Amino acid sequence: MNLPIYLDNNATTPMDPRVLEAMLPYFTSKFGNAASRNHPFGWVAEEAVDYAREQVAKLIGATEKEIIFTSGATESDNLAIKGVFEMYKEKGNHIITTVTEHKAVLDACKHVEKMGGRVTYLPVKEDGLVDLELLEQSMGSDTILVSVMYGNNEIGVIQPIREIAAITHKHGALFMTDAVQAVGKIPVDVIADGIDLLALSAHKIYGPKGVGALYVRRKGPRVKVTAQMDGGGHERGMRSGTLNVPGIVGLGKACELCMQEMESEAKRLSALRDKLQNSLLELEESYVNGNTTHRLPHVANISFKYVEGEGLMMAMKDLAVSSGSACTSASLEPSYVLKSLGLSDDLAHSSIRFGLGRFTTEEEVDYAIEVTKKSVLHLRDLSPLWEMFKEGVDLSKIEWAEH
Amino acid sequence: MAYSEKVIDHYTNPRNVGTLDKSSHKVGTGLVGAPECGDVMRLQIQVDDNNMITDAKFKTFGCGSAIASSSLATEWLKGKSIDDAMKIDNMDIVEELALPPVKIHCSVLAEDAIKAAINDYRIKNGLEAIASEKVHH
Repeated sequence: MNLPIYLDNNATTPMDPRVLEAMLPYFTSKFGNAASRNHPFGWVAEEAVDYAREQVAKLIGATEKEIIFTSGATESDNLAIKGVFEMYKEKGNHIITTVTEHKAVLDACKHVEKMGGRVTYLPVKEDGLVDLELLEQSMGSDTILVSVMYGNNEIGVIQPIREIAAITHKHGALFMTDAVQAVGKIPVDVIADGIDLLALSAHKIYGPKGVGALYVRRKGPRVKVTAQMDGGGHERGMRSGTLNVPGIVGLGKACELCMQEMESEAKRLSALRDKLQNSLLELEESYVNGNTTHRLPHVANISFKYVEGEGLMMAMKDLAVSSGSACTSASLEPSYVLKSLGLSDDLAHSSIRFGLGRFTTEEEVDYAIEVTKKSVLHLRDLSPLWEMFKEGVDLSKIEWAEH
Repeated sequence: MAYSEKVIDHYTNPRNVGTLDKSSHKVGTGLVGAPECGDVMRLQIQVDDNNMITDAKFKTFGCGSAIASSSLATEWLKGKSIDDAMKIDNMDIVEELALPPVKIHCSVLAEDAIKAAINDYRIKNGLEAIASEKVHH
């Protein structure tokens, strides 16, 4: 077992060696521009891109013409939200999303507001899921788009996508989902789920960084987005720019591997995750954040009360994890996702996200359990809050000097 | 962001962790910060009849720099007179631990904790609290 152990697979994943192998020829011998129609170099590249397009489409139940390659999910989110807003503004200017979305969605929505759009940011329930009744009430005749993420990056909860899509369509709007964390981890099917636009990324599914895709439905209804970059009119006019052929080949291969291995991987990872979670919940005053039934198989977000997340991560220096605490940011604000679950700031500061992945072993999980437990106990020995809690002091009654 | 060696040292082997009897009139306790902000420090001093600090203890809820700042503060406090302890400046802590700008608030909190502990001791012993007029860097 090599240290440190990587348990931050929601941030990014290591590339699968099989993906790298597939990509390599496209850097050197097969370097052609996929848009070069007049010679074999171009044809070879184009053929590779077409094949990758099929691999990506297959994973999400789409057809290859519905896949637009981008530089990643941030670009896909921007293209979908701004592109739909510009294309459908005759019909309406209202967009609905949720407060727990990724910043790429939230900030694209902020941009839309500056362009004259109206955006509703739906709160989520305590378990992180969207309140369907509230969604229904928020829909109007001017609503053109509903954008709700498939699986959340911080707590891993899976939204009721089919129900959300049905409500959206009932009111004549389009349904978009940022599915970066879900695609390749759980079955995603754009037809069965009723998805009109879907953003995905290669580097979260053991592919390379800097490449992603946007699914844009072509039938029932035919969805169009306004291009956000001007240029050569690549990708059916929706996304100009010479195609990143090696990256696209890598994304395709990554999708193919997920397609083959997803089912068994999900079983393996959820068993490991449950082992980790159950062992850590043996610690007093530790809590899982977010819904545990509707959840991605590889994620557990746990708060260890009376211990600060960043301090805890420092103690677990051989584990690469992530914390909802943000002691380094100027604002000292903890995670907005955790806060939107109604978590108090101190519990949000005490949270650690464990993200398992394809290369996580049981030995590593066992080590992570041991180190985390030891670290939490060590930091509680240092924590005045823990001592006060143990003495029966009600911490909420103390007048803290906020700084 | 990487931590400095001194922060890691104090974090890994914190000095003077513990609790003094807060009901004793010889003990001053400073509790500063807030759980919502992600750091709370409790610093305690034991003072003898000559106004010398004979012991200091801390417990801190916070990041590595906050723990290191309070650990360092207890080391500096032991053996100092109350008057000298009042002179400990947060920037001394910043310098000693090589704290980056985003962690300066940890040193500010440690200085606040020292002053709060001293004032608690003074009030317990019928003295006036010393107001801090200092504007932090």
